[in-house]
Amino acid sequence: MSKSINIVTSTAVPLDIENVDTDQIIPARFLKATSREGFGKNLFRDWRYLNDDEQQPRREFVLNDPTYKGKILVAAKNFGCGSSREHAAWAIKDAGFDVVVSSFFADIFKNNALNNFLLPVQVSEDFLQKIFAAIEKDPAVELKVSIEDQTITISSTGEQSGFDINNYKKTCLLNGYDDIDYLLSIRNEIETFEATFTR
Amino acid sequence: MGKTLFEKIWDKHVVKQIDGGPSVLYIDKHFIHEVTSPQAFQGLEKRGLKVFRPQQIVATADHNVPTLQQHLPIRDELGRLQVQQLIANCKKHDVELYGLGHPFQGIVHVIGPELGITQPGMTIVCGDSHTSTHGAFGAIAFGIGTSEVEMVMATQCMLQSKPKLMRINIEGELNKGVVSKDIILFIISKISASGATGYFVEYAGSAIRSLSMEARMTICNMSIEMGARGGMIAPDETTFDYMKGRLFAPGAAQWDRKLAAWKELYSDADAVFDKEIQIDAAAIEPMITYGTNPGMGMGVTGHIPAESEIDEKEKPSFLKSLNYMGLKPGAEIKGKKVDYVFIGSCTNSRIEDLRMVASFVKGKKKADDVEVWVVPGSKQVEKQAIAEGIDKIFEEAGFQLRQPGCSACLGMNEDKIPAGKYCISTSNRNFEGRQGPNARTFLASPLTAAAAAITGEVADVREFL
Repeated sequence: MSKSINIVTSTAVPLDIENVDTDQIIPARFLKATSREGFGKNLFRDWRYLNDDEQQPRREFVLNDPTYKGKILVAAKNFGCGSSREHAAWAIKDAGFDVVVSSFFADIFKNNALNNFLLPVQVSEDFLQKIFAAIEKDPAVELKVSIEDQTITISSTGEQSGFDINNYKKTCLLNGYDDIDYLLSIRNEIETFEATFTR
Repeated sequence: MGKTLFEKIWDKHVVKQIDGGPSVLYIDKHFIHEVTSPQAFQGLEKRGLKVFRPQQIVATADHNVPTLQQHLPIRDELGRLQVQQLIANCKKHDVELYGLGHPFQGIVHVIGPELGITQPGMTIVCGDSHTSTHGAFGAIAFGIGTSEVEMVMATQCMLQSKPKLMRINIEGELNKGVVSKDIILFIISKISASGATGYFVEYAGSAIRSLSMEARMTICNMSIEMGARGGMIAPDETTFDYMKGRLFAPGAAQWDRKLAAWKELYSDADAVFDKEIQIDAAAIEPMITYGTNPGMGMGVTGHIPAESEIDEKEKPSFLKSLNYMGLKPGAEIKGKKVDYVFIGSCTNSRIEDLRMVASFVKGKKKADDVEVWVVPGSKQVEKQAIAEGIDKIFEEAGFQLRQPGCSACLGMNEDKIPAGKYCISTSNRNFEGRQGPNARTFLASPLTAAAAAITGEVADVREFL
């Protein structure tokens, strides 16, 4: 897993579908691996292939369209709802994305993404529509995401939006720390807590 | 200002508050299963760590297991490896495992409560979004990802920001033929599949108080389907009666002290919620979903919305969904032919669900062209069903009583609904491909599913009561 991210500048892949659930991102039958690697090839499996056949890609699906590529996935609202499977975040990251932009994320997906240095960028519905419009006009348009500044910018129009991220997580992303490192560093405080906790 | 039920439990479990960040939350119970734990054990070992508090973890094999001939080796190689990995990991890290062949094996959200492991006032997590089920006991219970599973294994804590709080009050008496599954499908249809994202929900009101523990679990179970992190219900006499005598519930020596603490677990009269919703129980009909997210539901006698009733912005998703389902805007679902009936999953596979179905089908036969699978939630549910003669009722009706597991809820094992076929299901998700590639799911209550099994089509169960 590549750790620490700050600025991502890239073209984007538009997925203008609402309520994309984690069963679409990675169907349950592909959750049988016991390691974190290799899920990218099954990302959006049933939207990518007809009858689960890699010889029959669905041409109309955006990931099969060579016009669109990049490190940023842009999706409509309520992205990542449903199952808590972290395999969804692993699959997106493994397929080469560092950022997912939407107007609304499901809570568990958001945490899973952050724990894998995949940045969920939540923007207003208006700004999301501006991004979709800019990509439709020119698929080569670049988006620039800065964690340090907490901004996302559409290069062709210069339009910019801020996004929220808590200071703790921001520090983690910028420095490549993870939550386990932090929790391990306070294990003595946890033990003290346990000693005084009435069950 | 008073505290909500959620705050009383949350505050007691905060080890530390990070400035400008999340809280360090202490976890009392951690359930694990074969699908979302292997990478966590692997991560732990990479860091050279052992499980910090193995006695606070309970494992079972449920997602991947076959529901026929469980005594034989699992035929699917990857599934078999995953289950073997769980056995090896639990052995190595001294974690209690109720695996295949164990009398306590079953769906993680069925066994926790029935064994008395799930208790009021606890914080409970599991690498499964339906962990919200345990909230029915007045616990803070929610699903987590695998990195978080690893965190809890390593430190018995996780980092969480306090969610916003919502209370949904359901007042009044339920109509004939309406059960708890209908209540939750009704709520989700009103507030949408993302209507409670960012919130933790408390269910309250006289309709909730009147429900059994099994029925309350069904409601809390589906909290995630409206985006809520979890759902909970204040414990009361129904809860305490259920707890008493369960294997891992507090024994006689502890009981009075525990009970006194549990009785403090309610939202104070002056507690404030970020949002409150009122629902009239009498307005709820037997429900059915017609689309590909659980918010796309309606009364079983209703019509799918016409295209003109849908917001312009939402039209493409709405039409995509109906196209997948092979249904038309404005159409009725009642009378629609079904091919499969699935009674099971962590939503509706408890003994009460099986009793409800059995009492409806007793002396009846399934329709000829329908396949009916009843998958009990646990070995204990299966044993109880057999003890009560429910297995005989199902056999005479032509229903298959299978062995415990998640089964066709997510089709990870062989229990998949074939492409294009319609399944009326007591499970929790009607997502595209959830029950098998291109399978079509109608979510409904066990009663409505039973009526479909007998008639071979989507039916209004009230006509048979």
